[in-house]
Amino acid sequence: MAPRTLYQKIWDEHCVTQIDDQRQLLYIDLHLIHEVTSPQAFDGLRLNHRTVRRPDRSFAVVDHNVPTGDRKTPIKDPVARRQIELLEENCHAFGIPLFNLHHPEQGIVHIVGPEQGLTQPGMTVVCGDSHTSTHGAFGTLAFGIGTSEVEHVLATQCLVQASSKTMEVRFTGPRPIGITPKDMIMALIGQIGIAGATGYVIEYTGDAVRDLTMDERMTLCNMSIEAGARAGMVSPDMTTVNYLRGRRFAPTGPDFDLTATRWLAYATDPGAVFDQTVVVDLATLSPMVTWGTNPGMVTSIAMKVPDPASAADPAQREAWQLALDYMGLTPGTPITDISIDRVFIGSCTNGRLEDLIRAARIVKGRKIAPTVRAMVVPGSGIVKREAELLGLDQVFLDAGFEWREPGCSMCLGMNEDILEPGERSASTSNRNFEGRQGRGGRTHLVSPEMAAAAALFGHFVDSRPLLHSDQEVTR
Amino acid sequence: MKALTVHRGTVAPLDRANVDTDQIIPKQFLKRVERTGFGQFLFYDWRFDENGAERPDFVLNQPQYRKASILVAGPNFGCGSSREHAPWALQDWGFQVVIAPSFADIFYNNCLKIGLLPIILPEATVNRILADAKGVSGLELAVNVKTRSVTFNDGTEASFPLDPYAQESLVGGLDEIGRSLRLEAEIVRFEGQEVTRINTRG
Repeated sequence: MAPRTLYQKIWDEHCVTQIDDQRQLLYIDLHLIHEVTSPQAFDGLRLNHRTVRRPDRSFAVVDHNVPTGDRKTPIKDPVARRQIELLEENCHAFGIPLFNLHHPEQGIVHIVGPEQGLTQPGMTVVCGDSHTSTHGAFGTLAFGIGTSEVEHVLATQCLVQASSKTMEVRFTGPRPIGITPKDMIMALIGQIGIAGATGYVIEYTGDAVRDLTMDERMTLCNMSIEAGARAGMVSPDMTTVNYLRGRRFAPTGPDFDLTATRWLAYATDPGAVFDQTVVVDLATLSPMVTWGTNPGMVTSIAMKVPDPASAADPAQREAWQLALDYMGLTPGTPITDISIDRVFIGSCTNGRLEDLIRAARIVKGRKIAPTVRAMVVPGSGIVKREAELLGLDQVFLDAGFEWREPGCSMCLGMNEDILEPGERSASTSNRNFEGRQGRGGRTHLVSPEMAAAAALFGHFVDSRPLLHSDQEVTR
Repeated sequence: MKALTVHRGTVAPLDRANVDTDQIIPKQFLKRVERTGFGQFLFYDWRFDENGAERPDFVLNQPQYRKASILVAGPNFGCGSSREHAPWALQDWGFQVVIAPSFADIFYNNCLKIGLLPIILPEATVNRILADAKGVSGLELAVNVKTRSVTFNDGTEASFPLDPYAQESLVGGLDEIGRSLRLEAEIVRFEGQEVTRINTRG
């Protein structure tokens, strides 16, 4: 057989039947569900007297609109409360396992799936959320779907899908110290644009990607959608296998080793051909900061806010001008001169344990600027517990951060964690669209280190000189 | 799904690239548990100012575009979140067709699932439509799903891509879940021979 990519192997293996020369009925191994995009799908099932075909391949968690403060009192927002209750009712009615608001391991769906060992190499994974691309870090084909497709998967455990083109994104050169996967993915989006990978599934390659931990690979794959890609993936290797060993839903005993052998075989074959290859040079990367209203409007900490006069064409000039107007920024301002009011560390992009450890390496023994309100929202109950075992909660609290309960929080501001109009944030999330974190709010996307450093100074600074060693942070 | 075969309507020009789903329907309106009623929140932050007053310069607040049923916009329309609330809001407002040089992947699929037709046309054609729609007399277009064509008032036509499966669903107003359930035997056969990967209840 001709050499195949990871994507082609999963695509071929999950073909239930061919619909036409472009489309096939694709079998879905794992369907993740949350409260915001599912109620109408369950409604549709009932309306048509259908049922959930494979509750044993479905898993639900509340995350998008949950409060991250005190959870002992009932949720104040009656509409949010109704959505959460409805997910519980639906899961109960159809036999779907659920981590509800009070489950000790509740968290963001894209953090919970991997840490429970639900996400495994070679699988197809879908969820009614665009950041489902996160799961591609495990060598799975994982992508976001709309509510009609959620209903389709509930009823059939399949989706009608057209095949995608494949794009290799190869990171070359060693990763400089202090450069994170967040900087890598933002550099890529800056390079190819927010529609640069539309129609493609990305596979990330190169020695620097091989050297990434699973937490780091998830950050990389998470933002694939911000480049327009259907999915982003990394070929499974021993890093993947070692992460999954001992996880709740991973195979156990001799089964694990047998399964691991099968997992490793999904890796892209030497000589397999991609439809396109993009090379990103790591050697010259500095920490990245977005200045505009989409993730492609990004530059490095050493640079200045760009001048629309220097845009490549009239369309870009207009887009830059609109973005600068919204962001309240003047061309030519050094990025380090931009003051911030709020800091958010969390989200499915950067809410995992390693993210919090790296932010704590900046924060330890220091205080946030008096003008800044800063919050850490761990991505899950497990992340929170493990961070607390390391004493990270105290590191953040001592510095003046809030230490909150798990959820999507200020990444999309569906709960009370929002920016006020005109407030400016340094945020470890994934989208800086107008109003994303609150109407009139101004979002700058950065790595956890950069967000932590901005909290200390009240404006953006290069985080690299501030790094403590790991030993200095954890007790 | 609502069937759509032919449509004729007024065009509203939204001359912006990269219109994201957070603009189409801001997140504070995603808490509804119904499929209906999202039109009132369409482009909320662009239609209304901080005090809830209409912004007169926004296209959908201008009298000649209030009843428009075809929206035309710049490239990469619908980027961002997978929220189907975005196409629901457009359809509930009264749009039946969205024209752009390109669409974000998930948004494009979501539109087709509910009978809102996303039409991809070359950038030059979209620019002509934008310009004509902004003109004093406005623009009406006729759309035919069966022939995959858009017809201007002067009789010129532009054809657009649409895969046969989606075309069939759209023209017939077919229930795609029903279509897939007819392949039940194939699904059962597949499940019989696959390696069991996961049991979320285990």
